[in-house]
Amino acid sequence: MNQKPPIVEIRSLYKSYRRGSQVIPVLNDISLDIKEGEFLALMGPSGSGKTTLLNLIAGIDKADSGTIHVGGVDITSLSETELAHWRALHVGFIFQFYNLIPVLTAFENVELPLLLTGLSKRKRQEHVRVALQVVNLTDRMEHYPGQLSGGQQQRVAIARAIVTDPTILVADEPTGDLDRISANDVLGLMERLVHELGKTIILVTHDPRAAKKAHIIMHLDKGVLNAHNQTDL
Amino acid sequence: MHIIKLIYKNAFRHKLRTSLTILGVAIAILAFGLLRTVISTWYLGVETASASRLVTRNAVSLVFPLPLAYKEKIRQIDGVKGISYGTWFGGIYIDEKHFFANYAVEPKTYLAMFPEIILSPDQKAAVFRDRKGAVAGRKLAERYGWKLGDIITLKGTIFPGNWDFVLRGIYKGRDENVDETAFLFHWEYLNEALKKAGRSWADQVGWYMIEITHPDLAADVSVRIDKTFKNSLAETLTETEKAFTLSFISMTEAIVIAIQLVSFVIIFIILAVVANTMAMTARERIGEYAILKTLGFGGFHVSGLIFGESIFITMLGASLGILLTFPAAKIFSKELSTYFPVFNIERETIVMDIVASFFVGFVAALFPTWTAVKIRIADGLRRIG
Repeated sequence: MNQKPPIVEIRSLYKSYRRGSQVIPVLNDISLDIKEGEFLALMGPSGSGKTTLLNLIAGIDKADSGTIHVGGVDITSLSETELAHWRALHVGFIFQFYNLIPVLTAFENVELPLLLTGLSKRKRQEHVRVALQVVNLTDRMEHYPGQLSGGQQQRVAIARAIVTDPTILVADEPTGDLDRISANDVLGLMERLVHELGKTIILVTHDPRAAKKAHIIMHLDKGVLNAHNQTDL
Repeated sequence: MHIIKLIYKNAFRHKLRTSLTILGVAIAILAFGLLRTVISTWYLGVETASASRLVTRNAVSLVFPLPLAYKEKIRQIDGVKGISYGTWFGGIYIDEKHFFANYAVEPKTYLAMFPEIILSPDQKAAVFRDRKGAVAGRKLAERYGWKLGDIITLKGTIFPGNWDFVLRGIYKGRDENVDETAFLFHWEYLNEALKKAGRSWADQVGWYMIEITHPDLAADVSVRIDKTFKNSLAETLTETEKAFTLSFISMTEAIVIAIQLVSFVIIFIILAVVANTMAMTARERIGEYAILKTLGFGGFHVSGLIFGESIFITMLGASLGILLTFPAAKIFSKELSTYFPVFNIERETIVMDIVASFFVGFVAALFPTWTAVKIRIADGLRRIG
C-alpha cells in the first residue's frame, strides 16, 4: 500500500510483568514495521498485551529486551528524562477517557504540550487555534472539560495530540467511552488525520468497526502478533 | 498559564477541603504566634535590660535587705556613675486579683537612671515635691481610670496597713516594650513609716540599682562592689540587670519550656493536617500526573505542582493566621494585662510563623511528591476511568 520507509521498527521485543515471584510474559518476540502515514489497528482479547505494546512504542514503558526505533531513534536506549523530552516532541496520545485536565479550558488543555517546546506565547496560540480548527472546536475553546460532551472532549484530546505535529499518534480505545455517533465522528477525524495530514496512527481497539478504518489490522494473542488484512474482518 | 495558574486552580478544586485546611493552618499559626509572643514577653525584661545597669542585692536572698549605708560606699567605687535603690512593696489594690508591680524607689535618681520611663517635667516635679506622690504606668492608670491627683490606697502585705498615695505622674514607655503597668512611690515615705513603727526594715533597701560608666566594666565593678562588703553582716551579690532578670525567669523556666513544647506540637499537628490533605490530593490526581508525564512533563514539573499547591495552601492559611494574631493579641493583652504588662507581637514571631508555615508546606508535600514522581506512567494511567 505504502512504499515509504518504516517510521516504527520493532525487533525481537519481549516484555513481562512480575507479580511477586511470578513472572508473567506479556509480549513474546514481537517484530513489526509501521510505515509513515499508515493507520494500524491492534486488536486482541483483554490481557493480550495490546496496550503494553502501544505503551512501549510511545515510550511510556520499558521493554525487557529488543529494540524499538521510531523515526530513526532507538527509544529503548533513552533515559527517562530523554524519553520524556522525546515523547513531548514525537508522540501524540489519545486515551479512552480523554484524560483532559478538568481545571483547564479546552484551549489550555491543547496548549499544555506546547509549554515544553519553547515556542512563544503567540506561536503557541496560533498552533492551538489550528489544532482546534482541525477538530472543529474553535467555538468551544474557552469551555472546561466538564462543560463538553464525551465526543467533544475526545476531539479536544485529539487536538492536544496533534498540536505539536508529532511523528506518531497512539490511540488507546479512543471510542471505548463514546456513543455510536460520537465514535463515528472521532474515527472520521482520525481518518482525516491520516489521509489529509499524513499522520501515522497506531490504534488499540476492541471495536471491529473502529479497526475497519485502519489500513492494517494486527491481532495480538497471548503476546504473539498476527497480521490480518481488512477482508478477514 | 501555567504552572502557577494550575497550582491556583488545583488548590481550589475541593473548596471545602481546602478551606478547612486553610482554616486549620490559620488557627494553628494564630495559636503558635500567641504562644511565641507569651514566650518573648516572658523574656521581655531581659531584652529591655540596660547593659550599663547593675543590680546589687543581698547575697543570701532578695527577701533580705541591704543597709542604706552601703549607698555612699558603692558610689565611691571606680566605674560607678550613679546609684539608686528600691524596695519591693507588694501592696494589694482592692484585692489579690488586681495585681500590679509596686515599688518604693528614690524617685530622682531612679527616673534619671531609667530614661525609658517618660514623664513630663511638670509631673516629675510634682512627684518630687509630694512625699506621698506616686507614679503609675499609662496602662495601669487606664485600667483603673486613675487621674492625676487621685488618692490610691494599697494594702500592705510585707508592710502591714493601708497606704495612701497621691497620683502625681503617669509615665509612658519610650519603646513599646517598656512595662507601663508599674506603680512607683517614694522610698522615703515607706522608710519614715517603718521608722515610726520601729520595724527592722527601716533604713534598709531591697536592692541597689547602679549605673556604670561603660558596659565593659560590668564584671569588674560587680566584683569590686561584692568585695567591699565581703564578710559584712549583709554580703552583696551584684550582677547585670539582664542576669538579675534572667534569675527571676529561671524560676519559671519549666513553664516557658512547656509553652515552647506546646507551640512546636501545634506545628506538628498542622503538619499532619496539611500532609493528609496533600496525600489525598495527590492520590486523587495520580492519573493526571501520569498524563502530564505522558505528555513529556518531568518529575520537576510534577513536584512543582504538588509543592506549589502545598506551600500555597499553607501560606494562605498562615497569612490569615498572622492577620488574626494582631486583634487576638490585643484582646489577649487586655484580658491578661495583669500577667503580661506588655504583649506585643514581635517581628521575630512573624518570621517564625512564616518559616514554620513554609516548613509545614514543604514537608507535607514530600511524600505525595515522591509517590507521584516515582509511579510508572503505565500504572498511573491504569488508575483512570
